Amino acid sequence: MGEPVNPGYTEHHAKWHRRRIPIFWWLGNAAYTKFIVRELTSLAVGYAALVLVFQVWSLERGPESYAHFVSWLQLRPVVTLHVVVLGALVYHSVTWLNLAPRALVLRLAGRRLPGAVVLLLHYGAWLVASAAVLWLLLAA
Amino acid sequence: MTQPVIFEIQRYRPEIEDEPTWESFEVSCRPEWMILDALNHIKDYVDGTLSYRWACRMGVCGSCGMLVNGKPVLSCATYVTSVLPGPVRVEPLRGFPVIRDLVGDITDFVRKLESVKPWIVRESEQPLEEGEYLQTPEELGEYKQYSMCINCMLCYSACPIYELDPDFIGPAVIALAQRYNLDSRDEGSEERKDILLSQDGIWSCTFVGECTTVCPANVDPAGAIQRYKVTATVDAFKALLPWASR
Amino acid sequence: METITHDILVVGGGGAGLRAAIAVAETNRDLSVGIVSKVYPMRSHTVVAEGGAAAVVKPEDSLEAHAYDTISGGDWLCDQDAVEVFVAEAPEELTRLEHWGCPWSRQPDGHIAVRPFGGMKLERTWYASDKTGFHLLHTLYQTSLKYESVTNYDEWFVTRLLVDEGRCRGLVAIELASGRPYAMVADAVIVCTGGAGKIYPFTTNANIKTGDGMALAFRAGVPLKDMEFVQFHPTGLPFTGILITEATRSEGGWLLNKDGYRYLQDYDLGVPTPEPVKRSMELGPRDRLSQAFVKEMEKGRTIETSHGHVVHLDIRHLGAEVIDTKLPFVRELCLKYENLDPVKELIPVRPVVHYMMGGIHTDMNGSTPLPGLYAAGEVACVNINGANRLGSNSLTELLVFGARAGRAAAEFAANGAGRANGAVLAQAHDEERRLQAAIERQGGRERVSGLRDEMHAAMDEGAGIYRNAEGLESAISTIRELQQRYGDVALDDQSRTFNTDLVALLELANLLDVAEAVLQSALSRTESRGAHQRTDHPDRDDDRLLSHSLAFRTEGGESRIEYDPVTITRWPPGKRVYGEQNS
Repeated sequence: MGEPVNPGYTEHHAKWHRRRIPIFWWLGNAAYTKFIVRELTSLAVGYAALVLVFQVWSLERGPESYAHFVSWLQLRPVVTLHVVVLGALVYHSVTWLNLAPRALVLRLAGRRLPGAVVLLLHYGAWLVASAAVLWLLLAA
Repeated sequence: MTQPVIFEIQRYRPEIEDEPTWESFEVSCRPEWMILDALNHIKDYVDGTLSYRWACRMGVCGSCGMLVNGKPVLSCATYVTSVLPGPVRVEPLRGFPVIRDLVGDITDFVRKLESVKPWIVRESEQPLEEGEYLQTPEELGEYKQYSMCINCMLCYSACPIYELDPDFIGPAVIALAQRYNLDSRDEGSEERKDILLSQDGIWSCTFVGECTTVCPANVDPAGAIQRYKVTATVDAFKALLPWASR
Repeated sequence: METITHDILVVGGGGAGLRAAIAVAETNRDLSVGIVSKVYPMRSHTVVAEGGAAAVVKPEDSLEAHAYDTISGGDWLCDQDAVEVFVAEAPEELTRLEHWGCPWSRQPDGHIAVRPFGGMKLERTWYASDKTGFHLLHTLYQTSLKYESVTNYDEWFVTRLLVDEGRCRGLVAIELASGRPYAMVADAVIVCTGGAGKIYPFTTNANIKTGDGMALAFRAGVPLKDMEFVQFHPTGLPFTGILITEATRSEGGWLLNKDGYRYLQDYDLGVPTPEPVKRSMELGPRDRLSQAFVKEMEKGRTIETSHGHVVHLDIRHLGAEVIDTKLPFVRELCLKYENLDPVKELIPVRPVVHYMMGGIHTDMNGSTPLPGLYAAGEVACVNINGANRLGSNSLTELLVFGARAGRAAAEFAANGAGRANGAVLAQAHDEERRLQAAIERQGGRERVSGLRDEMHAAMDEGAGIYRNAEGLESAISTIRELQQRYGDVALDDQSRTFNTDLVALLELANLLDVAEAVLQSALSRTESRGAHQRTDHPDRDDDRLLSHSLAFRTEGGESRIEYDPVTITRWPPGKRVYGEQNS
């Protein structure tokens, strides 16, 4: 390899190369794909929050408006959508909870608790919170 | 007992080309060879123009990081047999501008390393005559894992955030900051806060977790970052309490 | 040609170089320091050191004991005044590293832990698990970043020292990324480029250990001292040559021949006991252990493998817990590079080139005979290691003499003495032209790898653990022929941008110069001492040869060897005794 023939090259001033990142960079690697899907489930969380807000708003507008909302909820395509959204919410929650031992180091009497304990505590808390909400709904 | 293997290696010679190209080499590989041994064979006996970094060949100096079949690995610690059948694709690490062939520019990493004050910060030094600072094996264990980083930057290559947003200070640097924050002899956590909590610090991390997967030294940089997120958040709340010192 | 000016330039960014730069910065913040290293500092070879660094720390230990162990380990070739300074400053230097954050392994109460090591009467080897060099280097590198007066020139390759009117005035270095050569001018230059294991084909050393600093000083007229003393570490993995630390033996490992017999007992190294006994058997000095291997091989009692003869290192009896706490890196290396688990299997090992006791001639302040030029670390020869270095003295040496050289250079540079002048810059321009010509040479019939392979074969054959006049003379004539043929190399890569072919070419010149000095010194020393064993002169000759060899470069001719007597203070030459139960 001899004479520099690239007209773009000036002696001692080589151009460094940066690749163009492909739009679907995240499809190339299973871990990246799972990551993007996980992040996309936050859209499901946002959507579920909006549904809740809409539910409260239609409740506030009176029984007729609320009945209209409930019948909307019962439409076939909406039910299908909401099953998917529920799946996304569960995936979102589970992936979040599973990361907890990586982020939280707990100590008892000077010794570090194993990751499984942190995990159990988090799932336990989720269970308790869900049970409390359920009790509130059923007691109504 | 050799086996012919095809290597497709990314070449970039800025003096003769504007864009990288691919070049194929067939190498008769012995079963005990690492990727590095094959590269050395090519350089020594086939094409001396192939440029790449290497030094210790035992996985501790961090020089020889590159992408093999799309995965960031140390070429000195990856058996050729583990990436068969060929062709084996070899490219420079992602996220760093390529200077030449398999050599990327890592000055950004070095600059960021300096920015987190990776040294013991103390109010006052104990005189040497008084001997060592006492540190129990348990205290050593608190930060030991984060001190094992060999600066190979495989984590930067694996981190999509770093390539998409090159201002991100990155996994290894944050893990190193944590190494000092958690060292019982250090008093510098406050001083490292600014850079760690900046926009390009821990909050740029979205916990993809690939950095930890590819780390050859078990540093778990992802864990270091998430732990610091918890620490920083708890500290922020504590500072809001009425009895917190300003 | 661009010129860069600093007060002090350090060549090499490993343990010694970083320590020297920090020492300059701590002595005088107004002196600007440039660290010029052909690799990023964290890649320096210090990083692979495993076992530990020695310094007296136990109350029942003494500086005298450390000194005596070092001097007897060195077969009395050590300059005793320098050894006394070395052992005295060692504890302070290691404590300073601890204050800088080095994660030394600890006792349960928080104090520094120490382990026994080869040739040492008492435990005094501080260790950071079994990656001591790695932790030492990273601590030094990260600490060096604190100092604003220190600038790093990473991946800059030094090709020549600039000397004018009997003083070292700087150097010429190529910035590898761009290929541009620079004239770097300074009041003092500290060379810390490490050893030259790559003159041999089978070595623990990394690819970068090509004797660059030794060759630079050699060509500038500075003699290389005691070059014939090359240390063969007894336990390297076959094929790769990867080091298996001496700590495996200090924790209690055994060396077994093909019959499972602890063969060291046949070689005046004591009697085998289940627990390790200091200065005995597997804890004997490295030269004696490597020599024992050769003798076992001659008796046909070693194990033959596809990668040469080996013996077995047995650490199974230590148990998984000890191995995982004290020797985790060893376990990783065996699993990765030999596909075996040392908890359950025997490790195949053989002697491997590891360390150069010899190097640039310096005094105990790192000063060379050339004013303005200093050296420290493995590249230098003070000589505190004598004819055979004890394990764990080298990491300490980097710190003690790196610091001393830094302080001495800082004092020298503070006096100032003028900078770049016409003569210096003319030399730099000459060097630029020479490099250009080397890159652009066409039609050469030789290749770097071809000459390197031939050099390796000659060194392996002629300068092994046991040498003789005939073998050495034959090797010398091969090396001289290779030096002639060097002029006929044409590079595959004639580009400017990160040209590693050019780097290999320049390194080859350094390797050939160092190899010639090693061989010439070995031929000249007609005795056996420490790591230099002559089958034609098997005894130690204190009457004639209690002296250091000094190899001087001559224009186009063979190195000229002179002798300089060893400094003896308190310990007159005696017999090296190992294996005594109550020594």
